[in-house]
Amino acid sequence: MTDETLNTSSATARQSLYEITVGRIGIHNLSLMLALLVLIVVFGSLRGDVFFSTRNLLNMGMGIAILGVLAISQTAVIVSGGLDISVGSIVGLTTVAVASAIQSSEAAGLGIAAGILVGAMAGLVNGVIITYGRVNAVIVTLGTMAIFRGIAFIISNGQSISIFNDAFRQIGIGRILGIPFPIWVLVATAILFQVFLSKSIVGRNFYAIGGNPVVAKFAGINLNRYRVGTYVMSGAVAGIGGILLAARTGSGQPISGSQGLELEAITAAFLGGCAMQGGKGTVAGALLGVAVIGILNNGMILTSVPTFYQLLAKGSLLILAVIFAEYQQNRT
Amino acid sequence: MQDIIEMTGISKRFGVVQALAEVDLSFRPAEVLALVGENGAGKSTLMRILEGVFPPDTGAVVVDGTPAAFAESRDAHAAGIRVIHQEPEIVPDMTVAENIFVGDMPRQGKWFLDRGALNRRTAELLAEFGMSGDLRPTQKCDRLGPAQRQMIEIIRAVRAGGRLIAFDEPTSSLTDDEARRLFRIIRRLRSEGTAVIYISHRLNEVIDLADRISVLRDGRIVSTTPVAEETPDTIAQKMVGRELNTLFHRTPKLQGELVLEVANVSSAHVQETNLQIRAGEVVGLGGLMGAGRSELAKAIFGFDRTTAGTVRMGGKTLPPGNTAAAIQAGIGFAPEDRKHESLLLMRSILENGSMVIPDLVSTYGFFNRSRAKDVVGEAAKAMKIKAPSLDTLAGDLSGGNQQKVVLARWLARSPKLLILDEPTRGIDVGAKSEIYKLIDDLASRGIAILLISSEMPELIGLSDRALVMADGRIQAELAGDQLTEQNILKHAMPETATAA
Repeated sequence: MTDETLNTSSATARQSLYEITVGRIGIHNLSLMLALLVLIVVFGSLRGDVFFSTRNLLNMGMGIAILGVLAISQTAVIVSGGLDISVGSIVGLTTVAVASAIQSSEAAGLGIAAGILVGAMAGLVNGVIITYGRVNAVIVTLGTMAIFRGIAFIISNGQSISIFNDAFRQIGIGRILGIPFPIWVLVATAILFQVFLSKSIVGRNFYAIGGNPVVAKFAGINLNRYRVGTYVMSGAVAGIGGILLAARTGSGQPISGSQGLELEAITAAFLGGCAMQGGKGTVAGALLGVAVIGILNNGMILTSVPTFYQLLAKGSLLILAVIFAEYQQNRT
Repeated sequence: MQDIIEMTGISKRFGVVQALAEVDLSFRPAEVLALVGENGAGKSTLMRILEGVFPPDTGAVVVDGTPAAFAESRDAHAAGIRVIHQEPEIVPDMTVAENIFVGDMPRQGKWFLDRGALNRRTAELLAEFGMSGDLRPTQKCDRLGPAQRQMIEIIRAVRAGGRLIAFDEPTSSLTDDEARRLFRIIRRLRSEGTAVIYISHRLNEVIDLADRISVLRDGRIVSTTPVAEETPDTIAQKMVGRELNTLFHRTPKLQGELVLEVANVSSAHVQETNLQIRAGEVVGLGGLMGAGRSELAKAIFGFDRTTAGTVRMGGKTLPPGNTAAAIQAGIGFAPEDRKHESLLLMRSILENGSMVIPDLVSTYGFFNRSRAKDVVGEAAKAMKIKAPSLDTLAGDLSGGNQQKVVLARWLARSPKLLILDEPTRGIDVGAKSEIYKLIDDLASRGIAILLISSEMPELIGLSDRALVMADGRIQAELAGDQLTEQNILKHAMPETATAA
């Protein structure tokens, strides 16, 4: 095999349809699709009447829109070898910032700007401490998770801040072609990140940095700049999540609605095939992971699984996802 | 029965690759059998079968006349077979004594470790092997160098009753001095009746040490002969199956303008270094392991932050700790450890080859596959990389081809200065001679080359002049008649030089 000298025109060997399918979609995503199918069959047979209704499907879509956006940017963070567990808190903090900005200015645009800016600033704090303080990302974002939540409580004084601006509310409840706006945001985010991660030089460098930072540094990639940039990106995207949440609920709330988002986003990323040590992960995988979580959440509510048990299921899912990812990593 | 352990009719196939075909070898007590062959010839596969990591498809390992079926390494160890690996497996957080006795520690009663006995017995073993000066029983292993790690693994093997000990490329990470000490240990093992298998790419070593030599090519044993009948040339010919050109090419050439100027540079590991390299010049950097050669190179390249002094490329000062700026200024760097420093093993040749040339393989910041294929494909062809396609994963290539991918990556950038840190480590003879030729070609094209090598013939054969480092400082500059193995060693060990 190694005796032939390099052949630039890729020699295509004959492959079966099965091999081509597995090669294109990947064994990992195929198994996720299978899991999705199983979930759909289970919940469909238990509560088919409600489960397949347009109303419920749109509900589900709304439910996973914010999670999806976060899971996709979390995937990019994990690919680069990091982890951001403060995103749920950043979402909560930005809902408060957005609501305060709109309350005092009555301008929807200012609210959007405040959301993205506050998210990016929070990310900058994470990135600078991780990069220049040389502290493990898990520890830093665990700390800032509490800090950002605390700031949200301080600003709002623990109260929910209502938003009465109709233009802004449309972001959460408006529809284009019958599809709620947040779902369009998810679609746009997915396309943007897919192109970014797979086609752009900066995106490919994410894989290099996560795959092996020493190799990346020898190849002239500025690790510090990338690390800081990654967390700013993660924070800004969490800000977008906060905008969507504030618009949907019509309020800025320091706690409700944003809690547990980081758990679900990280779970979705690992379900989607991210490797704990970085260098691996795809947008398509993250979306499938999000779908699994969305259907599971929705189905558990429909079949009246008590909330306490839902938490058990979610936590177990994260651990199973990582075990599965590590198993695959070790096999290859 | 004279042959204690044999391998008979061993064949092994991985997918379409016939890794081993009908291999017969016998290992005699008190004899060193050298096993040589190019990378991919099947040496490692043979060792894994011998050690019971996986079974052969056909054939068997025969111990004392009885075919043994090893299910795992533990079975092979029980039969007295031990392999000393290239990267010795030791527990960094345990002491030397604990590492030697791991799994079989002396006890006090049923439950407690007898630390006194442990350290005493370790001290005895160390003294027996003349290693008391290198290792203390109570020393933690996390800071040990490769030579010391190897010593631990050897003692562990001998202590556990190893009667066949195989050394897989043991000197590739050792300095010449450490290698000589290893040879003394191996000769000692032989005199005590141990059968030794010695795998190495360094043919001079092999001839010096071995009693018999077996050449493996494409999974088959080409010959097994007493070593007295062979020379490095005859062995190399058998390994490659064709005539080799003379190993070193040196084209005398004109030297151009000043390319690199290092003035009083210090970093965490180097002190006040000065050096200059002109276009078309090959400057060697010699010294022992840990002398600071790689560290100096990393400081020049901006991988390590300098604490003092300046690095100038073409008269312009480089910002410290900035590899991107160094690359921009025309420096290319092929680091020592291909697997951990140069290549993303899970990524393709194309991606690895594109890594330092984003501007050449992208349009508006987006990766342009067809452009990348042109650029990397051309460099790969110029380097004669052997692979099924550009999409082959770097991790699936042989050491020689991996190194060629690294070089191809830099050639696509047309650097002014190329830093090569141990460019031929672990590479087979054929690929080595190609890389030597390439270095000469590059220099005649006006590229300045800084060559770090622990292989003396390589350093002397390729360099126009050589700097010798010790203790993080440049101790001497040698050129012409002065550039000899003896002189390099003298300056590499300054304390012995003053003692003499």
